[in-house]
Amino acid sequence: MSANQTIEDHGLLRFLTCGSVDDGKSTLIGRLLFDTKTILADTLNAIEKTSQKRGLGAVDLSLLTDGLQAEREQGITIDVAYRYFSTGTRKYIIADAPGHEQYTRNMVTAASTANLAIILIDARKGVLTQTRRHSKLASLVGIPHLVVAINKMDLVDYSQETYEKIKADYLAFAAKVGIDDVRFIPLSALNGDMIVERGEALNWYEGPTLMEILEAVPAAHTEHAEKFRFPVQYVCRPQDSANPELHDYRGFMGRVESGSIKVGDQVTVLPNGLESTVKAVQIGGVDIGAAFTEQSVTILLADEIDCSRGDMIVKTAEAPAAVKEIRATVCWLAEAPLDRARTYLIRHTTRDSKAKLTAIDHRLDVNTLENLPADKLAMNDIAEVTFKLAQPLFVDPYTENRGTGAFIVIDESNNNTVGAGMIL
Amino acid sequence: MTQRKTLSHLDWLEAEAIHIMREVAGQCANPVLLFSGGKDSICMLRIAEKAFRPGKFPFPLMHIDTGHNYQEVVAFRDKRAAELGERLIVRSVEDSMKRGTVVLKHEGESRNKHQSVTLLEAIEEFGFDACIGGARRDEEKARAKERIFSFRDEFGQWDPKNQRPELWSLYNARSHKGENIRAFPISNWTEMDVWQYIEREKLELPSIYFAHTRPVVIRQGAIVPVNVPLVSGELTNLPKAGEQIIDKLVRFRTVGDISCTAPVESDADTVEKIVVETATTTITERGATRLDDQTSEASMEQRKKEGYF
Repeated sequence: MSANQTIEDHGLLRFLTCGSVDDGKSTLIGRLLFDTKTILADTLNAIEKTSQKRGLGAVDLSLLTDGLQAEREQGITIDVAYRYFSTGTRKYIIADAPGHEQYTRNMVTAASTANLAIILIDARKGVLTQTRRHSKLASLVGIPHLVVAINKMDLVDYSQETYEKIKADYLAFAAKVGIDDVRFIPLSALNGDMIVERGEALNWYEGPTLMEILEAVPAAHTEHAEKFRFPVQYVCRPQDSANPELHDYRGFMGRVESGSIKVGDQVTVLPNGLESTVKAVQIGGVDIGAAFTEQSVTILLADEIDCSRGDMIVKTAEAPAAVKEIRATVCWLAEAPLDRARTYLIRHTTRDSKAKLTAIDHRLDVNTLENLPADKLAMNDIAEVTFKLAQPLFVDPYTENRGTGAFIVIDESNNNTVGAGMIL
Repeated sequence: MTQRKTLSHLDWLEAEAIHIMREVAGQCANPVLLFSGGKDSICMLRIAEKAFRPGKFPFPLMHIDTGHNYQEVVAFRDKRAAELGERLIVRSVEDSMKRGTVVLKHEGESRNKHQSVTLLEAIEEFGFDACIGGARRDEEKARAKERIFSFRDEFGQWDPKNQRPELWSLYNARSHKGENIRAFPISNWTEMDVWQYIEREKLELPSIYFAHTRPVVIRQGAIVPVNVPLVSGELTNLPKAGEQIIDKLVRFRTVGDISCTAPVESDADTVEKIVVETATTTITERGATRLDDQTSEASMEQRKKEGYF
């Protein structure tokens, strides 16, 4: 018997945990892995030994997220770590972002692929500056589902009053910054209450456990972007093949960023604007007839049309804007500040264009959430800016389509990725 | 909102891996896919078929052979490459030893970590600008923090403190001459995903992944295979004086250099049984089977900094 033949497969959910070690973030992740039986005996033995060595009474689940030697030496977390668990019906990828001063850069990175964010609040401390910062960033990067987890309920006697007070505070803040889809849950990661098991101490809470929330959230990454967008990654032309049937084969390979496509659909190739009809949709040379968001496929067209990497196939009736100037929210990721005099490379879908900054509208203070005037952009800064482009890009607003609304900025002198942008 | 279809978790992982391989092909001038004949790289070949057929792969396959690989795996490697009609390059640690670029501390030292030297020599010989590898983030904590597109300098070194930010699915494979990108399409797969994929795709594997009887000794608590025939017919992993050889029913969860991969006791002789066993095991893949990672807590991180996959 196979483990998954009879059980439904609810796909894969990527989520992000935001908070510092003090909020019990590592303990929460440890608890999720432990209660879903992802942690195996040898790993548990190792953390038991370390817990004893450090003179701790109980097993410290936060040790599970202990990282690299380089990190242990400096006592900090350097980078986003990815962890995995599965419930049998769904696979999960946790992006665990560290909480020190590079937080903005790391959190934006971790959030870019997440479909849900868990924002941890210490029940003793309530809504803090960092809670507001995490929430704002999560909403800026377009994470569709937010869960505010009020942790350490065991340290406030599982008080419903405390929970309700924090919830009211958070809602007041959320209304101000325009966050509307948010769920609240009280929990104790240390004791495991309301994570996988309900526990005994929070009987006044009638909502779902954290795991029930995770199991029920839609897995699809973008939920309102239905326009078909197919950036071409690679063109397959097996002319030299011994099979004469393949001599005219021209397969446009890529991943469906959004929407769906089927044989017979009328499409336009950008930038040349030529139209054709979909002749076949394939995976590995096998016809599958149709494809939808996030599938990697090969599209064959009825007409011989020039099309190469960097081009985009769209449905004729719903072409995106071709622009040579973009306004965007940019998070600067590099130590060297953005230099107005320099030319950068912008990578958008599979297409590159040279770009120059023309204006900084304002910078966001991630602590006060105020917009401030700015004339430069340093690491971890977030700002609304305008870039002038050498080549046209085919864009949608980020809030409509993460795939065609996002770009990265590359410094060609060292090839580093120095900025992340979301088109307005 | 319209009701949307959801990809199953294996379909999602496969689609992501295809996308990554095509990005390598689209962005890099001269990539190579590392193929050892092990289960992870066997999955990678199926992904490459789905990514590029009916065309040929836009990269050759390459194996860095320590000379201490299981006969069955080496035979499988050659057979699979021939079936696919793709070019297989084999570069050998023993040739690096002859050149004097690999010097073993003693004759019995594991050659596993020395693969890095041979790999870097092969990268230079062929001018590869990217190596596609089958490493997974669930294997080990250094890998949990490595990018899908991992930049390596001229010495092949990984610098964990200076990684390129990797956002959305916008990968940056740019490098200057002499530098190198390592791309890991199945980063987000777990051991369980790999076995489920092998089951779904009905992939053939080297026989030593399935339960079989072989002579072993118990050394420091680990099952160590002994008197293992090399491709040359010569026996390696000879028992030490006083060790008692026993025949055990075992299988390998991971295969690699003979000196550092140990089998586990198992009667799972089909993929279906292995899937069930993987779901109920209590020991991690590397914990059970990699003798080299137990030496030091940070040994994978250290090897990666020295140019390892």
